[in-house]
Amino acid sequence: MTRAAEDDLDDAALTAEGLSPGGAGRVLVLACGALAHEITALIRANGWSHLDLQCLPAILHNHPERIAPAVEAALAAARGRYWSVFVAYADCGTGGALARVCAEHGAGMIAGPHCYAFFDGLDRFAARDEITAFYVTDFLARQFDAFVTRPLGLDRHPELREMYFGHYETLVYLAQTEDAALTEKARAAARALGLAFERRFTGYGDLAPALTRITP
Amino acid sequence: MSDQDDDIILSELSDDDLVAQMFDDLYDGLREEIEEGVNILLERGWQPYDILTKALVGGMTIVGNDFRDGILFVPEVLLAANAMKGGMAILKPLLVETGAPRMGKMVIGTVKGDIHDIGKNLVSMMMEGAGFEVVDLGINNAVDKYLDALEAEQPDILGMSALLTTTMPYMKVVIDTMKEKGIREDYIVLVGGAPLNEEFGRAIGADAYCRDAAVAVETAKAFVARKHNRIAARA
Ligand code: B12
Repeated sequence: MTRAAEDDLDDAALTAEGLSPGGAGRVLVLACGALAHEITALIRANGWSHLDLQCLPAILHNHPERIAPAVEAALAAARGRYWSVFVAYADCGTGGALARVCAEHGAGMIAGPHCYAFFDGLDRFAARDEITAFYVTDFLARQFDAFVTRPLGLDRHPELREMYFGHYETLVYLAQTEDAALTEKARAAARALGLAFERRFTGYGDLAPALTRITP
Repeated sequence: MSDQDDDIILSELSDDDLVAQMFDDLYDGLREEIEEGVNILLERGWQPYDILTKALVGGMTIVGNDFRDGILFVPEVLLAANAMKGGMAILKPLLVETGAPRMGKMVIGTVKGDIHDIGKNLVSMMMEGAGFEVVDLGINNAVDKYLDALEAEQPDILGMSALLTTTMPYMKVVIDTMKEKGIREDYIVLVGGAPLNEEFGRAIGADAYCRDAAVAVETAKAFVARKHNRIAARA
């Protein structure tokens, strides 16, 4: 069973600053900061020493128009330093712009619209067709305030809650790991938003096969 | 808040200073102050349409530009929109009475599977501010909902909003169905939402993609004027 990620990554830094490339691998995984723990855990569990991890700030997600340019700049900076680069992002609301950048640079990326879909499994997620669910992952449960509460102004203006979440019914926690404390955090987030709570264990979903495929 | 702000008495400001102050109050999302400002201008004999366009739409345009430029984020836009709504509620009945210009009619809604509505609501409000009548279908609209509304409301414009990569293709389903029924050319179709772009708008057969509410208003005006010219030429 998947256990809570044990690493020394700093969540606040992953949200706001990202992570500089580390290691001596020949392949760079250029990832969203929201996937750093999961990718680190997979690298360790599988002994993928050929993979180096670099992360861009997860908070870019609140400004999706900045994602493709940021990835492009990082790809340009990495040029010549690796055999290949894999971009560990889904479309993430870039409307295909990120796929174009990856294609231009010959970099692979994760299939699907966003991490909620690929953690759950693309087909399974699409088949659910749930529209009144608000999803959180392990990372989002930990960084809920930095990602949701503060940027949406809910700390300063709790009266906005209804305008944001009025049409939602359930907060669905897609759990990558078994972690009781994190489940409590997700439950507290549901409570803060006035939503029902549901937990679904997904593990790493489509992320593991996506990274396995780049193994030479 | 500084003492200076506390000391401002809106009714003592000149018209120009009051409008400038209302721009600031709108920017800060101060609904009560906006309502007070609107009432003062009405008492001073301003036309409701002038208050709407010069004070409210003018102020909201600044908010929209700063959102586009990444200076403001979503909560500030929501608060400003709320303040503007307060002012609009006072003006709306008066606009009808005073025969304010009518630009046309729009049916708008977020597509099926998507419940993002902040951008759509902002577009609705700015369209109303520009003199359009707006029928808002809300969120999660299947093709039948749009078609029924077109039939019932006979608008000039159909507007569709989508914020998810998974829901934006649904706009094409709606447009294709309109084509099948032979009614596509009866309407101006405008689409918008953060992940869309011009190329996508063209590819699905919309008349235009609009980056933001200000562009939506300008585009709508231009298309409606063209449509009226066409009809006049045919007559
Ligand atoms: C606020 C927000 C939310 C709020 C929505 C509240 C609400 N009532 O709408 C909450 C937090 C609830 C939310 C939920 C979700 N969201 Co959301 N959300 C956003 C965010 C941060 C801002 C959207 C917004 O309101 N912008 C403010 C308005 C003013 O701008 P706008 O919508 O772009 O509209 C302007 C223009 O686009 C244009 N326009 C818009 N519509 C129309 C229509 C017409 C006709 C015209 C002419 C013009 C026009 O004019 C508007 C005004 O200028 C975006 C990221 C972003 N910055 O875009 C993510 C984003 C859209 N969400 C995203 C996701 C993934 C989700 C969730 C699935 C997340 C989850 N954890 O469950 C759910 C979706 C559930 C569902 N089924 O819909 C992703 C989409 C990724 C993808 N691949 O598609 C984004 C891009 C964030 C990201 N990068 O991950 N979200």
